[in-house]
Formats: sequence, structure tokens, C-alpha cells
Amino acid sequence: MTPPAVEARSLSRAFGARAALADVTFSVPRGEIFALLGPNGGGKTTLFRILATLLPPDAGSFSIDGLDPAAAGRAVRRRLGVVFQSPSLDKKLTVGENLALQGDLYGLPSRARAARVHELLEMFGLEDRACDLVETLSGGLARRAEIAKALLHAPPVLLLDEPSTGLDPGARRDLIDALASLARSGTAVLLTTHLFEEADAAHRIGLLDRGRLLALDKPAALKATLGGDVVTVEAKDDAGAPALAEGIRSRFGAEAGRITVVGPTVRVERQAAHTFVPRLVEAFPGAFKSVTLGAPSLEDVFIARTGRRFREADAPEAGSGAA
Amino acid sequence: MARHERHVKSSLALARREIVRFFRQKSRIVGAVAPPLVMWILVGSGFHGSFREDSFAYFFPGTVVLVVLFAAIFATISVIEDRREGFLQGVLVSPVAPFSIALGKVLGGAALGLMQGLPLLLLVPLTGLEVDAAGLLAAAALLALLAFALTSLGFAIAWSLESTQGFHAIMNLFLIPMWLLSGAFFPLDGAPPWLHLAMAVNPLTYGVGALRRALGGATPAWMSAPLSLAVTVAFAVLMFAAAVAVVARFPAGPAARLAAAREPEKP
Repeated sequence: MTPPAVEARSLSRAFGARAALADVTFSVPRGEIFALLGPNGGGKTTLFRILATLLPPDAGSFSIDGLDPAAAGRAVRRRLGVVFQSPSLDKKLTVGENLALQGDLYGLPSRARAARVHELLEMFGLEDRACDLVETLSGGLARRAEIAKALLHAPPVLLLDEPSTGLDPGARRDLIDALASLARSGTAVLLTTHLFEEADAAHRIGLLDRGRLLALDKPAALKATLGGDVVTVEAKDDAGAPALAEGIRSRFGAEAGRITVVGPTVRVERQAAHTFVPRLVEAFPGAFKSVTLGAPSLEDVFIARTGRRFREADAPEAGSGAA
Repeated sequence: MARHERHVKSSLALARREIVRFFRQKSRIVGAVAPPLVMWILVGSGFHGSFREDSFAYFFPGTVVLVVLFAAIFATISVIEDRREGFLQGVLVSPVAPFSIALGKVLGGAALGLMQGLPLLLLVPLTGLEVDAAGLLAAAALLALLAFALTSLGFAIAWSLESTQGFHAIMNLFLIPMWLLSGAFFPLDGAPPWLHLAMAVNPLTYGVGALRRALGGATPAWMSAPLSLAVTVAFAVLMFAAAVAVVARFPAGPAARLAAAREPEKP
């Protein structure tokens, strides 16, 4: 049996007294896109840095293609393609020079290197920019060049930290397509993201919050864990949500389904919510700022698991540029 | 064999990058060569006549070493920039060994130092020093050795620093005094005893002395050619060993500490 492309076993890491990562276990087979979804400061970047061999875990272990990085560090690194959140291309070199340098760092023989550089430039539509300095590229093109660089040595595992940072929606779409085609050709793609739409495109999602893996499943399966639809009611005044939730509970009882208060909103999970909404509105005339009804989203899953909204969960000051 | 070849190839690729980057940043060329030359002319003129030997001749070897030292400093400051701009993270996740990372940077920086220092030797006829071809050749070889040693020293310092400001502080507090106390600026003999001692334990003193001797200048009798060469070689080897050691010991440099500081504790 072939070992999984990535296998993490009870990975933990603390910074001082704070546990950035606590007992995280999962595995990623070849050909899968696996998204680590979570708010900033949730532990994604710590996990990414551990898997990229930049940071040793305090406890637990992981393997890449069945290889232990502690025993076979160089072999593990040869199997990893790493795309960082911040650029790692040399801005003063051309795209072609950057890729050639990467080939030398990974020990590709000269002739194979030239062919491979050409192949990747073509794959990412960069042929006509090969001789341009990286500092002259747009954000989207530079991102493509980053990924091309990470793939130069044909790694079976591709790690990406917040890959769509700074990309416009079109470029983001292109990126997701490129990752999908890589996965189809057998590469294991592991990415971190705080964007629900990006996670939605993955085969499986690991929900990471406060260093813990809260859920691990296919996007559809995660959403199916919620009770049908989600009705979100925004109270008229910000402080009114708890009272409103109490009101709904006493008016409808068990029929209302699962009720949670999140900030200024009350969320109700239940089956066939379309029949419930008119009665809800009639029962509390004028008490709402808005009422929305929708199929559960990944954000709903996050709220259901943590009781917090995603943006509120962002750790202060973490985020942009965290290495 | 194949593995060694790969290591050398990685190092050479990294060294080549240093040189390519240098020539794409024109201000660096002017910044490294012009100040020592201006200083040589000003100081040489100022002390003209107040020295036993001709001051232009006396300051010349030290000036060449200063050009190489500046080149080494600029080259190794780029380690800090590489880290900040993100290039280094890509190197650190690659299978390149710490030895190759250090060698690449040091070879690149030393080559740049040599490129800037060697042409200065063409000015020898203007200095009043009398030197033959063999002396010039020896001077070039010594310069290469010094460039390697000083770039290694700069690299070992710069690797663990997170800001170029920090490097400037160390440069002013440590590297420039090291040059001043190397016999480049004033002779050992005649210095007060405590200063003489500081100069005698400064490894750069022997490098400057050896270069001065190769260029036909006068050196103290106790500083023999074999002694100054041996100390300079040992200096280069030790500094390079230190450069490799810091990469191996602290692969992430100051990054782990920074990352910890950036991820604040949740209430």
C-alpha cells in the first residue's frame, strides 16, 4: 500500500505559553486538494511551517510520502513544493533566471532543467515574460511564477500558504483551476486559506481554530452536519439579539430548531425553513433589521462549531505578512 | 561524487545570483569603491609629510582592504534583505545544505570584493610603492583570501540579525574599529602598549601586514611572512566555519522568534 502523501500525527507546537497547534492529526492522499480553513491566528501558518520543514513540532510527527523529515530531511524537501504567502522570487532576477536558480538548488541536471523551465513557463502562460524582471510583473503573474517555481522539480506534494492573497477574483479562479488540474495529475495539494470559496473548491477541508482541528470532511458533508437550512435574523438594535433569541425560543419551542446568538444576529437551523420564515416575521413584527434564509455555508459550519463568526475569530494583529 | 557536484552547483548558482544582483543595482558599485578612494586621497594628503614614509604609500594597502571590507559588508547585508524580501525562505525549504548556502553567499560576496579591490592594485604606480609582478600576484591572492574571510565574518554576523540597522550598529562598533586597529591607519610600532596589544590580537592586522609586505611596504620585524599568512588563512577558515555553523544551528535565523511575536496570545 502506498503511504499517504502527507500524514500528520498529533502535531503540537507552542509559542511560549500559547498552544499554536494542539494534537492535529490528518492525512492527505495523492491527487487530493486539502484545504486547512481557519481564521487568522488559528494555527494554519504554524502547521504550514511545520510541514514545510521550517519549524520543528514540539510533539507529534509527520511524514511526506512515508518519509520522516527527521531522518530523511533532504529527501522530504525534494518531495515538497512550497508556495509561501509572501513572495520568494528574487525581484532583481528575471522569471527565467529565478526558475533556473530553483533548478540548481534542487539539483536538476542542466539539460533537464532547461526543458523543465520551458515546460512550466508554458503551463503558466509566462513564456513571453521569461526575460522580464520579477519586479515588473503584476500580482497575478508574480503569483503564477511563484507556483511555477515551486513545481519546477515536479514535487508529489504541493504546500501553499494563503495562495490567493492579493489576487483579484479572476486570478483566484485561474489559481483554483490550476490546482485542480495538478491534483488530477496525481499531486497532493495542501493549502491554507481563510476564504470559504477557496475551501469550497477543495476535496476535503480541515477546520482549524485556536490550534485545534475541529472538523475534517468533504465540504458538502460538513454542511450536511447542520440541520437543513439556516435562517439568520438581525436584531433591530445590537444588544437585542439575546432577548430576541429568548423570544423565538419561548414562542416556537422545540419546533424552532437549533438557535444560536452570534453578535447582533440570531441564527436558527432547521428543516424546511421556508415555511418557518413567514411565521417568524409575523410573530415579531418590526423587531428585525433583516431576515435571510439560505443553505448552510462553510461559515455556518464554522459558527456551529465555534459559536463565533469567522471575522470575530481573527486573532488581533495576526494576519498580513505573518511568516 | 554526484552529491558533491550538486552541492557545488547550488553554491555556484547562489554566488552567481549575488553577482547578477550587484550589477543590477548600480548605486552599490559607487557606494563600495568611491568612499575608500576619497578617504585615501584625503587622509593621504592630510598626513603627507608628517610620516616617516610617504603617507600615500602607507595608507594604500589599508585602503584596498577597506574596499574589500565594504564589499563584504554590502554583500552580507543582503542576507538580511533576502530574509525580509522572502527569497531566503525558498532556499531554506530546498534540499540545499547549510554548507552550500554559506558557501554561495561567501563566494559571491568575495568575488564582488575582489572585483572591486583588484582594479585598485593598478593604482600602485601612483603610490610610490615599488612592487614587481610576483608581488602583485601575491597581493591579488591575499586579497582573495581576505575577501573570503571578511565576507564569511559579515555573513556569520548578518545571518541572525533581523534588520539592516542592527548590522550598521555592529559595523560601526566592531568592523570599522577592527579595520582601524589593523595597522591600516597607523603603524603598530609606536602605538601605546594597550593599543599595540589590541592590534596584535586582531587577525586583520596580519592580513593587512601581509598585503603591505607583498606590495613592497615595511612591516614590523616580528610579523614574518609565514606568520602573517598562517594567521590570515586560519582567520578565513575559522570565519567560514562560523558562517556554516550559524546556518546549521539557526536555520530560520530570527524568524522563529518573529513568528512567535507576530502570533499574539488569544484572550
